[in-house]
Amino acid sequence: MNIGVCVKQVPDTWAEKKLSSDDKTVDREGVDGVMNELDEYAVEEALRIKEAGGGEVTVLTMGPDKSVETIRKALSMGADKAVHLVDPALHGSDALATSYALAKALGTIEHDLVILGVESTDARMSVLPAMLAERLGAAQLTFARKVEVNSGTVKIERQTDTGYDVVEAPTPAVVSVVEKINEPRYPSFKGIMAAKKKPLTTLSLADAGIEADKVGFAGSGTEVAEFSPRPPKQAGQIVKDEGDGGVKLAEFLAQQKFI
Amino acid sequence: MAEVLVLVEHVDGAPKKVTFELLTLARSLGEPAAVFIGNGFDNAKDKLAEYGATKIYVAGDGELDGYLVAPKAEVLAQVVQQASPAAVLIPSTPEGKEVAGRLAVKLESGVITDAVGVEDGFVARQSIFGGAINVSAKVSKGTPIITVRPNSTAPEAAPAQPSEEQVSATISDAAKSAKVLDRVTEKKGGRPELTEAAIVVSGGRGLGEGSNFALIEKLADTLGAAVGASRAATDAGWYPHTNQVGQTGKTVSPQLYMAIGISGAIQHRAGMQTSKTIVAVNKDPEAPIFELVDFGIVGDLFNVVPQVTEEIEKRK
Ligand SMILES: Cc1cc2nc3c(=O)[nH]c(=O)nc-3n(C[C@H](O)[C@H](O)[C@H](O)COP(=O)(O)OP(=O)(O)OC[C@H]3O[C@@H](n4cnc5c(N)ncnc54)[C@H](O)[C@@H]3O)c2cc1C
Ligand SMILES: Nc1ncnc2c1ncn2[C@@H]1O[C@H](COP(=O)(O)O)[C@@H](O)[C@H]1O
Repeated sequence: MNIGVCVKQVPDTWAEKKLSSDDKTVDREGVDGVMNELDEYAVEEALRIKEAGGGEVTVLTMGPDKSVETIRKALSMGADKAVHLVDPALHGSDALATSYALAKALGTIEHDLVILGVESTDARMSVLPAMLAERLGAAQLTFARKVEVNSGTVKIERQTDTGYDVVEAPTPAVVSVVEKINEPRYPSFKGIMAAKKKPLTTLSLADAGIEADKVGFAGSGTEVAEFSPRPPKQAGQIVKDEGDGGVKLAEFLAQQKFI
Repeated sequence: MAEVLVLVEHVDGAPKKVTFELLTLARSLGEPAAVFIGNGFDNAKDKLAEYGATKIYVAGDGELDGYLVAPKAEVLAQVVQQASPAAVLIPSTPEGKEVAGRLAVKLESGVITDAVGVEDGFVARQSIFGGAINVSAKVSKGTPIITVRPNSTAPEAAPAQPSEEQVSATISDAAKSAKVLDRVTEKKGGRPELTEAAIVVSGGRGLGEGSNFALIEKLADTLGAAVGASRAATDAGWYPHTNQVGQTGKTVSPQLYMAIGISGAIQHRAGMQTSKTIVAVNKDPEAPIFELVDFGIVGDLFNVVPQVTEEIEKRK
């Protein structure tokens, strides 16, 4: 089974994330980038499926030049090759435009399955997997906490509010994974060395057959009108427990009319 | 006034509270029209009228129950084409967001998720980067599709006499490729649902072992609250994953959030930061959760929690 894995480089989890004041997009220049944590689980799951049944794992990312660091990480973990979609015209793409561009880029990759993380830590939309399934006309198997691949079909446990649904579909399918699914491996030294020699294809808009007016600011369906830092929260009251902490807490709750 | 469509979120027809919130919100923006997809419409009808739906589109095809997101998006797209609404409001739940995403592709419309409010001209308010930045965003292409977080609007009844329109949508085979074979309900008590609760009491690794969640449950029950947990607690198997709050759990926005024995890692904050009032009990004064609190107790939860529970009981 050939698998495409979509990974995204995001600002470091603990870094202070900012919007840039010129064009109101996520500031990616001023901060360290890391692979979106949830995408590590996507890479891991793809590698496990490949190790059990063969096939090739291709990682795909769309992002500025420095996203290549995230590609390297996925290759070091064990992915076979990579595609990097990078073009200045992509800057400013929202979910509508990104899903279009990724679907186009996936068209250049042979795959039976596409695996994604369930959410990116910067955008936090959790919509791309469903949007990709829609665009590719592939089955949607999202929020998977378990994936089982058989010849031609994929069965997942979809995490729900109250438990899980067992959902099955034939390939091609788009899968998104939650963090309960596995424990991502660390790249080994050997893996890091091997990654340097693995094929990496760089695609421009033209290479992927992407129409320029369907991506970037022009192709996006949303715009940020304005933004402002949250007004500083009034410093909370912090009390050391001197044996009556519970009583003081109850007093606070009563003041606030919760009891 | 143009219609504002609200996708009804329901369990066997019984609408969830977020549906009433969205109808209330839709009323401030246009003519609220509900879209009901699935079985059990009879259980929904009166409630949708009570909360002001002036029209209800009903796609009550029982066959849809064996599928998830894709057919719902198809039905909704057909209703949008027919009704040409001013906007579509959808609950910001995992499934709601997915329906919104697919609808956006079908209509070539922009989609905004996790709004905490929607104002005139369909300007959506969002709180991003763990609550650090407030954003106003607009859909600039197509029909605005906005998913709105539960607990963003106080639901207000406004009885109406809705007209009903049966929708006989055609569902493509492609949309039916993913089939639900089984639905499994894991442990679920009689407590309010996490995303809808006015008060949430959450426990973390500080509890030391699973059986100590009894302390959290007892406190929650005296307050009529839902119980949440950090990932450390769900990973350890102390509490079900369905109760996890955070980036990869649920996003909650209650009136009161109590974090007990939770350090306040960024992934946890991502799911509770927009709570109106935040309280923490932690023995480590340096715990990052204290940066968020309105009221914090530095102390041992094994002393503080039983005491506060008893004190609340006394005051009732
Ligand atoms: C991809 C990814 C996704 C994640 N998603 C989530 C998510 O959705 N939700 C989530 O919560 N986490 C998530 N995490 C995990 C997160 O990073 C933290 O590890 C987790 O939130 C920590 O849980 P905790 O606060 O209970 O445990 P800890 O960080 O160990 O904190 C326990 C706290 O309890 C205090 N304590 C201990 N004993 C006592 C006592 N007797 N009395 C009072 N206080 C005491 C300690 O001082 C400490 O502050 C995710 C991580 C990753 C990598
Ligand atoms: N620019 C991108 N390049 C590759 N994959 C992406 C990109 N943006 C999002 N994804 C994938 O889509 C998932 C969900 O993202 P989101 O819908 O933005 O929360 C992520 O976990 C990634 O797997």
